[in-house]
Amino acid sequence: MSKEHYFVAPPSPWPIVTAVGLSLMLGGFAVLLHGGSMVPSLLGVVVLLFAVQRWFATVIGENQAGLYSEQVNRSFRLGMGWFIFSEVMLFAAFFGALFYVRELAIPWLGGEGAKGAAHLLWPQFVSHWPLLEMPRSSDFDVPSEAMSPYGVPAFNTAILLTSGLTVTLAHWALKRNARRALWGWLLVTLLLGGSFVALQLHEYGHAYRDLDLTLHSGVYGSTFYLLTGLHGMHVTLGVIMLTVILGRSLKGHFTPTEHFGFEAVSWYWHFVDVVWLGLYLFVYWW
Amino acid sequence: MSDAKVIILRPPKSTTLRGWRRWLYTTDHKEIGTLYLVFSLIMLFAGGILALIIRAELFQPGLQLVQPLFYNSLVTMHGLTMIFLAIMPAMVGLANWQIPLMIGAPDMALPRINNWSFWLLPFAALLLWCGFLLPQGAPNAGWTFYAPLSTTYAPPATDFMIFAIHIMGVSSVMGAINIIVTILNLRAPGMKLIDMPLFVWTWLITAFLLVLAMPVLAGAATMVLADRHFGTSFFNAAGGGDPVLFQHIFWFFGHPEVYIMILPAFGVVSEIIPAFSRKPLFGRTSMIYAVGAIAFMSVMVWAHHMFAVGLPVAAQVFFMYTTMLIAVPTGIKVFNWVATMWRGSLTFEAPMLWAISFIFLFTIGGFSGLMLADVPADYQYQDTYFVVAHLHYVLVTGSLFGIIAAIYYWLPKWTGHRYNERLAQWHFWLSAISVNVLFFPMHFAGLAGMPRRIPDYALQFADFNMISSIGAFVFGLSQLLFVWMIVQTVRGGEPAGARPWDGARGLEWTLPSPPPHHSFATPPSDVIVHAEGPQHHE
Repeated sequence: MSKEHYFVAPPSPWPIVTAVGLSLMLGGFAVLLHGGSMVPSLLGVVVLLFAVQRWFATVIGENQAGLYSEQVNRSFRLGMGWFIFSEVMLFAAFFGALFYVRELAIPWLGGEGAKGAAHLLWPQFVSHWPLLEMPRSSDFDVPSEAMSPYGVPAFNTAILLTSGLTVTLAHWALKRNARRALWGWLLVTLLLGGSFVALQLHEYGHAYRDLDLTLHSGVYGSTFYLLTGLHGMHVTLGVIMLTVILGRSLKGHFTPTEHFGFEAVSWYWHFVDVVWLGLYLFVYWW
Repeated sequence: MSDAKVIILRPPKSTTLRGWRRWLYTTDHKEIGTLYLVFSLIMLFAGGILALIIRAELFQPGLQLVQPLFYNSLVTMHGLTMIFLAIMPAMVGLANWQIPLMIGAPDMALPRINNWSFWLLPFAALLLWCGFLLPQGAPNAGWTFYAPLSTTYAPPATDFMIFAIHIMGVSSVMGAINIIVTILNLRAPGMKLIDMPLFVWTWLITAFLLVLAMPVLAGAATMVLADRHFGTSFFNAAGGGDPVLFQHIFWFFGHPEVYIMILPAFGVVSEIIPAFSRKPLFGRTSMIYAVGAIAFMSVMVWAHHMFAVGLPVAAQVFFMYTTMLIAVPTGIKVFNWVATMWRGSLTFEAPMLWAISFIFLFTIGGFSGLMLADVPADYQYQDTYFVVAHLHYVLVTGSLFGIIAAIYYWLPKWTGHRYNERLAQWHFWLSAISVNVLFFPMHFAGLAGMPRRIPDYALQFADFNMISSIGAFVFGLSQLLFVWMIVQTVRGGEPAGARPWDGARGLEWTLPSPPPHHSFATPPSDVIVHAEGPQHHE
């Protein structure tokens, strides 16, 4: 099979099984939310994981068999780039919500600005951020204080920035074909990513237990947990991806010139890194 | 870039499955295109039946057939079904069939992702429609699912709708990425971006809008889910949130969405008008820039859907002007289509009839849009049947007519058979007349103050509503002719030959009808690309 051929994938059962798994997982979750059984959503997760694993195994197998030309690789590159752009837009929706409540909705509720008439709803409400006193606090869990940008979040920022550096060091090692250095730096990146997730979970525990800052703490809690939670899910996915490419590089996959799988994961990792910087700036500091 | 652009298919060994597995596992862009189109046709009828129940209820004043709550579900499900499961998949189906044929590619760039994008949709449809069987019925907050209607007051089915929206979003984003990658990476070596057919251009820009807008909708749906079940306050002012925030996020998606549904139809019409005028497209480059300008501006106009919610005056003025500015590139397009026909040797086969009626009727929808863009006037028109008339002129006589035009134009290529022109003419004239009987009176009812989304109305609106309902049933039943025409053409008919339309240009017409299994096993030569490209015409 010459490298000049554009490889058109033969028929495959895995996309439709993936679709079944995803739909079962989400539909099952809706059932669960209304007091139904956990079985459908768990079954969905199992089917989804299985199908995705088979699908990726097929792609990796085709790649190792040398079926992919430079043009196919370019398709993958472009595809991954646009996928990350779609993820950026997903985060943009939540950042947009944060900016809107922070800059418009809460000042209006406090009587400032063009729509300050909203103050009539709760005349005692004073605009402030982080929002610890809600317009109708009696309905919510009132936090004792806001999340501090120092301590664990600052440390987590350092961890994630360092992991961005180590994944690049792994990439450089791969390019000069220094396999041991590649494994080492990948392992360090993986451990840093795992520590980030563990520390973030610890922070959530602290917020819930000590600060009484919960999902039910008005819009400050809402934006805090949804933004950091969505990001944490992405970091977790990134850790899984790093584990896969560490396993693959241990098996001898990737060459100094062809390693799209590695690059895709490192792009993704830099993406969660950059999103965290935005989070740290706007959720913790601002 | 062009050095490695040698596209030769490796020998197809396991690419022919038989029976049901062929359709479930397929990675062939033509089979997936067919799946999309058949699915969207079924959903068009599903959504159409909901519309006919609405029109039957509105045939005369009073409550005859349905209860108000169920009426809300009808309106909601009609909108969601038509937008996400009929119009959008039909456009993607056209893209799947045509883009590889029109750029000289063997298939879509990511064939398994392509299969996945399609097969997510039937499951999303299942999650969406299962609401009719759940306690308290199907989602009823309108297709726009504004908070707090969708948060505080909505039935359990709303959660299934939210997850259906997530799945449809994944499908759209994956489909869009595939289209972008195919266009950027799999063009025949001799085809420069600027020389691409207009249909391909409009889809490139549409796909960009999809990747930009759909994740934002997923974000809005996730926030609704969190407000419903996890105690958050995004859209609850008592907790510092704002219900209007939902509308901002929703319409940041929603307005590009409007262009997502119309731009590919612009592309279709830009292919058909030159073919049946036997002239090159007038102002071809300006057409491409106009589409780009429309897409660029489509992300700066969203709040014109929200003029009555209490925006600051400065915001209203800004969004009013940006909205009106979109009329400029749109006007360029309409002018160029008309100028293409000027002194052409016109013939009026079915595709041309649908394309010309598209130009007329879409322009009516565009003008009513300009009326709605005017803030003080919008205070009068908003939430009336005038809005319903406007959006159906752009979506039915715009997007849907564009899709039907495309199917008549390319069906001979896809099936290898000519369709029955006499049947097609009946289908066109019945549809084109009845659709105006259906939607035109809504302008008057709306200007006179008839509110939308209400199952009953004051007596003075009775005549207009009766006329609309009659038009609706004729329009709906006329589409059975369309199905019959498709079935007939698929099953047999006069051989179409490679180029059934003598004025048609483009790489798709250089292949036999129907095209071979993997369309361009080898990329067409530069000579062919140039002969079918725009330089040759001029």
